[in-house]
Amino acid sequence: MIHSLFLINSSSDIFLEKHWKSVISRSVCDYFFEVQEKAGEAENVPPVIHAGHHYLINIYREKIFFVSVIQSEVPPLFVIEFLHHVAETFQDYFGECSESAIKDNVVIVYELLEEMLDNGFPLATESNILKELIKPPNILRSVVNSITGSCNVGETLPTGQLSTIPWRRAGVKYTNNEAYFDVVEEIDAILDKTGSVVFAEIQGVIDACVNLTGMPDLTLSFMNPRLLDDVSFHPCVRFKRWESERVLSFIPPDGNFRLLSYHVSAQNLVAIPIYVKQNISFFETGSSGRLDITVGPKQTMGKTVEAVFVTINMPKVVLSANLTATQGNYTYNPVTKTLVWDIGKLSQQKLPNLKGSLTLQCGAPKPEESPSLNIDLKIQQLAISGLKVNRLDMYGEKYKPFKGVKYVSKAGKFQVRT
Amino acid sequence: MTPMQKLLQLPVNAVNIVKTVQAQAQEEARSPVLTPDSIQQNWYSAVQPEELRNLKVAGTGGGDSEERAPLEEGVTSAQTQPLRHDDLKEMLDSNKDSLKLEAMKRIVAMIARGKNASDLFPAVVKNVACKNIEVKKLVYVYLVRYAEEQQDLALLSISTFQRGLKDPNQLIRASALRVLSSIRVTIIVPIMMLAIKEAASDMSPYVRKTAAHAIPKLYSLDPEQKDQLIEVIEKLLADKTTLVAGSVVMAFEEVCPERIDLIHKNYRKLCNLLIDVEEWGQVVIINMLTRYARTQFLNPNVNESLLEESGEKAFYGSDDEEGKEEKAEAAALAKRKPYVMDPDHRLLLRNTKPLLQSRNAAVVMAVAQLYFHLAPKAEVGVIAKALVRLMRSHSEVQYVVLQNVATMTIKRRGMFEPYLKSFYIRSTDPTQIKILKLEVLTNLANETNISTILREFQTYIKSMDKDFVAATIQAIGRCATNIGEVRDTCLNGLVQLLSNRDELVVAESVVVIKKLLQMQPEQHSDIIKHMAKLTDNIQVPMARASILWLIGEYCEHVPKIAPDVLRKMAKTFTNEEDIVKLQIINLAAKLYLTNSKQTKLLTQYVLNLAKYDQNYDIRDRARFIRQLIVPTDKSGALSKYAKKLFLALKPAPVLESPFKDRDHFQLGSLSHLLNAKAGGYQELPDWPETAPDPSVRNVEVPEWTKCSSREKRKEKKVEKPFYSDSEEESGPTESADSESDSASGSGSGSESEESGSGSESEESREESESEQEDKEDEEDKRKKKKKTDRGKVKAPAVESPESEESSGAEEKNRAQKVKGRRSGSESESEEEEESESESSRSESESESESESDTDAKKKKKAPVTKPPPKQAKKESKKEKKEMSLLDLDDFEPTPSPQVTPVNNFLSSSLVTDLEGLSLTDTVMAPTTIAPSGSVKTYELLHRITGEGLGVEYCFSRQPFSPDAHMVAVQIMFTNNTNAETKNLHVEDPKLQSGMRIKEFPEIELLPPGEMVTVVMGIDFCDSTQAANFQLCTHIRKFFVSIQPPVGELMMPVFMTENEFKKEQGQLMGMNEISEKLTLGEKCQNEHGIVQRVTSAANVSRVPCGSDKECRFAGKTVSSGILVLVTVATKEERAAQLTVNCEKMVIGTMLVKDILQALTQ
Repeated sequence: MIHSLFLINSSSDIFLEKHWKSVISRSVCDYFFEVQEKAGEAENVPPVIHAGHHYLINIYREKIFFVSVIQSEVPPLFVIEFLHHVAETFQDYFGECSESAIKDNVVIVYELLEEMLDNGFPLATESNILKELIKPPNILRSVVNSITGSCNVGETLPTGQLSTIPWRRAGVKYTNNEAYFDVVEEIDAILDKTGSVVFAEIQGVIDACVNLTGMPDLTLSFMNPRLLDDVSFHPCVRFKRWESERVLSFIPPDGNFRLLSYHVSAQNLVAIPIYVKQNISFFETGSSGRLDITVGPKQTMGKTVEAVFVTINMPKVVLSANLTATQGNYTYNPVTKTLVWDIGKLSQQKLPNLKGSLTLQCGAPKPEESPSLNIDLKIQQLAISGLKVNRLDMYGEKYKPFKGVKYVSKAGKFQVRT
Repeated sequence: MTPMQKLLQLPVNAVNIVKTVQAQAQEEARSPVLTPDSIQQNWYSAVQPEELRNLKVAGTGGGDSEERAPLEEGVTSAQTQPLRHDDLKEMLDSNKDSLKLEAMKRIVAMIARGKNASDLFPAVVKNVACKNIEVKKLVYVYLVRYAEEQQDLALLSISTFQRGLKDPNQLIRASALRVLSSIRVTIIVPIMMLAIKEAASDMSPYVRKTAAHAIPKLYSLDPEQKDQLIEVIEKLLADKTTLVAGSVVMAFEEVCPERIDLIHKNYRKLCNLLIDVEEWGQVVIINMLTRYARTQFLNPNVNESLLEESGEKAFYGSDDEEGKEEKAEAAALAKRKPYVMDPDHRLLLRNTKPLLQSRNAAVVMAVAQLYFHLAPKAEVGVIAKALVRLMRSHSEVQYVVLQNVATMTIKRRGMFEPYLKSFYIRSTDPTQIKILKLEVLTNLANETNISTILREFQTYIKSMDKDFVAATIQAIGRCATNIGEVRDTCLNGLVQLLSNRDELVVAESVVVIKKLLQMQPEQHSDIIKHMAKLTDNIQVPMARASILWLIGEYCEHVPKIAPDVLRKMAKTFTNEEDIVKLQIINLAAKLYLTNSKQTKLLTQYVLNLAKYDQNYDIRDRARFIRQLIVPTDKSGALSKYAKKLFLALKPAPVLESPFKDRDHFQLGSLSHLLNAKAGGYQELPDWPETAPDPSVRNVEVPEWTKCSSREKRKEKKVEKPFYSDSEEESGPTESADSESDSASGSGSGSESEESGSGSESEESREESESEQEDKEDEEDKRKKKKKTDRGKVKAPAVESPESEESSGAEEKNRAQKVKGRRSGSESESEEEEESESESSRSESESESESESDTDAKKKKKAPVTKPPPKQAKKESKKEKKEMSLLDLDDFEPTPSPQVTPVNNFLSSSLVTDLEGLSLTDTVMAPTTIAPSGSVKTYELLHRITGEGLGVEYCFSRQPFSPDAHMVAVQIMFTNNTNAETKNLHVEDPKLQSGMRIKEFPEIELLPPGEMVTVVMGIDFCDSTQAANFQLCTHIRKFFVSIQPPVGELMMPVFMTENEFKKEQGQLMGMNEISEKLTLGEKCQNEHGIVQRVTSAANVSRVPCGSDKECRFAGKTVSSGILVLVTVATKEERAAQLTVNCEKMVIGTMLVKDILQALTQ
């Protein structure tokens, strides 16, 4: 399946290569560079490139291209998912998936890649098994290792590979037994010029951090499970139980994991927590334009909207912006042509407003395109869909764990058209 | 054998090579890392001329410095001097693991950066047997990378791996095989083959998985091994563990994807395992099963697809030709029979559906394509939601998903219509995603939603991304051509765009308008006029050319304007782009032909200009056209047809999706994405006209039980030599005894495979005759048979350890009778063995036979084609005889209790008796409900190993009074020695955590020949882990272990039907395990089922209104968890077994046990 992997940084250097079958010359990447040049921006590089006798399937993560070489038919998503999984594993191991982190830990990276694929076919991809095989680096261990000469490779054999629940290792022990669940919802919306909703839906995830001793069997139930329209589970969740009772029953992996991602359909009315009044216009003459934006809270169920940002990608001809904000600060980057207005908290009484003039390139015709506003926001202690966790029960172990649930709503791809 | 010999010799040579290399290395590089003072000069003196050259090159090229810099990064200690490979060699040769490790890390870092480290091979390969695991692993990494280049040296390492292959630890075996198979050295192909074959039948599923991984490796190394590898694949395909399934299917796909026949027998198993296979394996299996299903099942949409297609065609205003096709197809349709879906087809669809909820996009996509290609149209819709969900994922995932959605929307538009808005475009999407979304939106457009879509498109046109705007305009054009109603609206919209300031937008609009106008030019002369005006402003050549072409083509509709346009163009001719010039010539020619009065001079002028143009194409064109349109004497025949040539009716262009017909590639595949066949792509076959025989997928259950039980037996043999004794050495005298037992039904018969067929089906048919036959004659036959069949047919008498203890004269008598009967059946079985599939079906026996003997006999009688009265007579006669036998059987179920009748034992059997009475046919009850089935006796200590002390145990199913959480185990001691055994007691129990033992009171004295029964309690903690302890006498200690069958870990619970239903309702989902099964011959009626189930597990029957269902309830002894069993019978012998239990392990094991009990 996956023949080789090349990691390429933003300046087109191949800084790591790994082959699972016979070696393929790195000149195969020339095809990639060619396409990359043509595509201009990194995000426009097509994920699948036909390169002579090979196919290159690549992903772009954290300013690194993961380019895999494929020789024969394979589902492209298979490879793409795997590469993302690799990137996530690096993230998990080194705290970040950057070029320098990979270069610093090149041996661990190599060991990981060796375990994750066998002959190009995924072998051990569960992070729990990998961590049993190869210990993640930390400062203390690296100091100890350099003194004692011991190593990062686990001495124990990875028994997790043999288990029927490969995501959890045996013999987990904690003094504080805790289980935290974060319900994070993102609102994807498109509002049109007049502020009416063109499209809105809620995408949610439940991220868990479970530090429990032994083999706990957890059951998480919701007050209103019918809200969840479409769900995808971590493999630990018992699907049949969900089908029949709408409760999540699972033996959790150890540590952080994404338990569930869900979708609240557009059929249910999505409460849009803010409204935006905007007017951006350019004048036919005088090379200038005017901008006036007001943001206000709406349908927030008594919570405050925080960390509000408005980002606008201005047309190329806009040279500078001379604005006044009644709340927060704004910055205009004349190179990337982005205007960012950091509002902060929204208060009901005084609506934040940004107003002023835009200077255009001299002599340039009035831009026809209309920039759209991207909104960022955050509401603590609220799941905008109204989803609520009912209770969490633990079976199989005797102790009493500490349980916590947190709700956050955020703006996902929240866009206002002008 | 030559490669092998070569191999045996080679290491010796190789070692020599290494030695010399080492010697050199040591001589050359006396650069002791530990004495850094002298390092520099030593190093330079060690450099060979060749290396010096390299150094120079490196110095100029700068490659070396680049190489060195990161090396120093890795240096953690104080070593700052430049390191060359010699130093690395030195470090590798050192005794310290830390130095070795450091060296290996640097080498791996070099490999990672793509630097050549092959010259270190000899130094590295020596460390393959290093004790330090990390060093070892890094050496493996190195080895796999360079072995191909240094084949001879690589052989040095082979013996290490071969040793590893024999390691008792499964993980070490696996990793040895993994590395061994990764070494691409052709000479070790036979070794690899051997290793793979061995590993394929390894006990550990993990090793088998590794074997499956190794198969494609070997195949790519030496394709000639294909046939042998296919054998291994076939074997591994039959594997029942989820661990192996994904890997072996992967191997199958790489080695022999064409051998679809290998899948038949494993199809259902794969479907059922699928949900538990790891996600990567799921993808591969689903893709393979899609192909399989296409070859084996009928098209579920034969009828619908035709209707649907014809509907769509009509909608698009189909041609006559298509109409004809439709008719033909409709005719064919009428002939077709109504479609019935193969249950296996349904199974696949049902078992893959939950995977749409996977977190892995590849799995979701795999299921989606499976549904798209295989599901009936009405069911395909379920995938839409999941695919739309994937659009939230990474942009690469979006890209692939959108490509597939685009293809799907062409065939099945309705499916995605509800999700239209999810494809709306955001300004932040990457351009390639925008364009794909646009494609999907265009495909989804129809009369009802076109207005929303067009409104959406209008906002897109204002985007800053010009490529995207151009694509939007094209999309509008496509909507306009596809949907007649909005053509005018679109056209007007596009015309408005003509006044856009952006040239690209205008140009694209012109091109699209041109295409649209071609469809109905008559009505749009004003648009043409408007466009004519645009020639003053538009500078984009393509757009100008398009306008000119339009005016020329439809000059009759704009007779006044056209000559004027030509006049203007003639003026600017010299400054135009080439394509515009060509169109000007075109326009001139067309006008000349239609309106020569006004344009004759202009045309002449233009042609003259063109004649002297710099571009020869234009000169040629001008010359050609002049000849064609201006009649001269020289002009040939063609000029007569000039008008026809120029003003012919041109067909309107068809604007269609680039994704049309892409679905002949399997969706989700690389080939589909590229729209070109990728290497190794397996075509998705067309549906067969008629379905191939579905029976190929039928699995004879016993076939694999047989092999598994054979394996089991192997193990048993090792553990308990007694079994093998009696199996293999059961001579004529012994066999008499042992037979009696197996016949009387106390056999722990799961081991007997073939014997079952002999004893079960035949005896019932034949016994009446055989009874009358001469005993001795039979015995001869039997002996003969024994001899001939011993290898294969392990004597039916095998598995009754008690046999030897039975000594009563009465019993012998009985035994002989039985033997006589049995032997008849034996001989019969021999004759029928090959032809009888029935018998083979019931081959594997896990149960006592005689308990249901009479029962079965009665049943069996029915199909026998003898006249009823005679039959009845025989039956009654036989029953008389049998009665005496059965009486014994009933009340002395096993030989041991005969000698020491135990109260509780009997009473327990009575309980089952009574239960049977109350629930089953009363006529049958007294004779057939044999408790013996529920009380199997197990060997704890054989009399030989026990030096004369024989110990057996059974689960008496009585509550253990001292502690209710314990399972009562009844232990029977027999002293076979001549001396007394004293102080029998339990010592030193080694138990799993949580388990407890309540020992039996010490037996102070056991006189020779005597037997004593005691009861002890064990709390197994609801697990089937064995309880190990020592059994001590006054002289010896014996290690023994008691392992409970899962059915013995529970005790009956009485509940009402309603309670049962309520409890069951709470144990759904993961707590419910159900299996389909085909009932064995003897348990087709309710009574049989009840008996089998209660013998397999200590549960009690729950009254039930329906006669189609038998329900049982029990709770585990230790923790009191409910266990509910339901057997629902259906037509024929099909039935469904459902077990609800909170503890899944118990549930699963119980299902297995009951299944086995019921299928025989």
